[in-house]
Amino acid sequence: MNQLPRRDFLKTATGLLTGIVVAGSPLALIAPIGRRAWAVPLSALATAEAATLMAMARTIAPHDKLDDAAYAFVIKAVDEAAVKDDRVRKTIKEGIAGLGAGFATRPESGRSAALRKIESSEFFQTMRLKTLQVLYATPMAYAYFGYEGEAFSKGGYLQRGFNDLHWLPEIPLEDGGPLPI
Amino acid sequence: MATFALKDDSVVVIIGSGAGGGTLAHELTRRGIKVVLLEAGSRQSLESFSQVPGESFNQLTWLDTRTQSGDWGVARDFPTLPVWHCKTVGGTTVHWTASCPRLQPWELRAQTTYGAVAGTSLIDWPITPEELERYYAIAELRMGVTRRNDIPGLPASNNFKVMYAAAKKLGYRRVRTGHLAINSRTYDGRGFCIQQGFCVQGCKMGAKWSTLYTEIPDAEATGNLDLRTESTATRIEHGPNDRVNAVIYRDAKGHEQHQAARVVCVAGNAIETIRLLLLSESSKSPHGLANSSGQVGRNYCHQITGFVWGIFDKPIYFWRGATIAGVIEDEAINDPRRGFFGGYRIELVALDLPTLPLVGLPYGWGRDFASIMENYRNLAGMFINGEDMPRPYNRITLNANVKDAYGLPVAHIHVDEHPNDRALRKHAQGQMSRMYEAIGAKRVVVGPTPPATHNTGTARMSADPRDGVTNGWGQTHDIANLFISDGSVLTTPGSANPTLTIVALALRQAEYISERMKAGHV
Repeated sequence: MNQLPRRDFLKTATGLLTGIVVAGSPLALIAPIGRRAWAVPLSALATAEAATLMAMARTIAPHDKLDDAAYAFVIKAVDEAAVKDDRVRKTIKEGIAGLGAGFATRPESGRSAALRKIESSEFFQTMRLKTLQVLYATPMAYAYFGYEGEAFSKGGYLQRGFNDLHWLPEIPLEDGGPLPI
Repeated sequence: MATFALKDDSVVVIIGSGAGGGTLAHELTRRGIKVVLLEAGSRQSLESFSQVPGESFNQLTWLDTRTQSGDWGVARDFPTLPVWHCKTVGGTTVHWTASCPRLQPWELRAQTTYGAVAGTSLIDWPITPEELERYYAIAELRMGVTRRNDIPGLPASNNFKVMYAAAKKLGYRRVRTGHLAINSRTYDGRGFCIQQGFCVQGCKMGAKWSTLYTEIPDAEATGNLDLRTESTATRIEHGPNDRVNAVIYRDAKGHEQHQAARVVCVAGNAIETIRLLLLSESSKSPHGLANSSGQVGRNYCHQITGFVWGIFDKPIYFWRGATIAGVIEDEAINDPRRGFFGGYRIELVALDLPTLPLVGLPYGWGRDFASIMENYRNLAGMFINGEDMPRPYNRITLNANVKDAYGLPVAHIHVDEHPNDRALRKHAQGQMSRMYEAIGAKRVVVGPTPPATHNTGTARMSADPRDGVTNGWGQTHDIANLFISDGSVLTTPGSANPTLTIVALALRQAEYISERMKAGHV
């Protein structure tokens, strides 16, 4: 996150999205001890607008046990895109207004129904794409889904489980191949 | 590496450094021919390949704007990315997954084999299977293809074990880790595959063949290669006597340069190759270079592709291991009783976590979508690779309404699927679904057709100059010293992933160009 001097922060910030990493969540395992509170300073969005987007991201990609902190990366990315591009800012702000003030506190069925109605809108598609692009690339998502990612630095998966599945028959050598040494 | 003068008109200019252009550059330079190789992208290395999927995509992909239309699923699911190929030294051989099947003899005789298929522009290849097979053998040796020349296959991964068990339940017999240009042991000074699963992000082991670290450095070592990176060709000059004599390009600083040429070879992938020919229109070539037949850009083929995901109740960790190390070849036959002409391969596939929702499930959101993602550890994956039918109106044109950074019209891609394409895909998806169900999948998810990676046919080889753009050597019918050296020349796509064929044809073309130059014919 950007380390802004407090005075600059007060001048430029439009809102602040905050949260606490839930104990026992995958993120808690990787968060430094005592650093479980997080905050995303916002430069285009107001706090209430960010809360609406948070609820929207959690409806687009609902993983109940995935921490809010992972979704906060999505909101941060949307905020940055809105700062860079007036058209995006307008699309997002108008979209949020269209969803109404109560959106974030509605039950999931109500939020899903509201989003289905605007599924083809630029606002929804922008948010959907941003959510998919950012959420699943976060370290929290890697931990949550068990994805081990980059392997070159660890010698690949050759000695780390690429063939460790044992609930199906082994492959005859002539249809696979020998392990290289 | 050499530097040749802009006015040196004894050089061969090759545009594009991928499977076709990179191989051709090596083959010409080692025969003592001076080559200027123009590559629009920048040069990466094993060290610089990013292993962050989103970063890697931006590092390697051709992201300049294209537009598209037609009824294919790509227009709906990937409106801004109709095709997915690379813009970097080594071209698409940097991100390919290295599957190297050969086209079968009957696939080179598509029109004869299938008969008259309404709504297609099928023709037979102008070269014989025997002729092509000679060069397949050379290409396989060059690339170190597994299961050829006593090179062992890659070992079986978890994802392949699932595919194998499922295939055997349906009675398939030709199920193996496949012919891959991925080292199963050290070969040609390159290390062996350590099963990273990051084939698409650039192989940091260099175990996967790419012209970036094989053909191009070999060409540089001859002293006959002048590689110019971040250099985008914008026009080929049509000079006197029905010859091309220069290539106009923008250099790394955006300045326009004019490189004289004795021979020009275009290898920019089947989309940009066509765009360049069309941009090179002149009073002598009012419809674009080498387009007296009107065939430039037509007959665009992309192969029928698509994902099928199986969700199981136990972990598979399908991201571990070489992405495409598994193939079923029993359906790569022509059996019209299945309801379509041509065949398909079933190939192994996995996607990394950030890429799966974007490419493998691109329209998803909500609880159902999330429930598939929740099963990421328990997913298995397969991919269709089937023959599609050439059609005259499936074509690449210039979009005069959308311009690139230099003010030039971008490429527009139009694809309407032939009923044969749909029937083949439906059959493949049905077989793949039955396979996973046969070994107890909890659920099978039929994924989309991804952005096209196997772009072919747009400057196809033809015996009759009215049917295509080039002869059997990739030499344009109209202009003797203008060659096409990439997948554009494939007469029909067949069901084989195209790179091995592109390399084989480039090896063959290099012999021909060299002989023609020696004899003074070009």
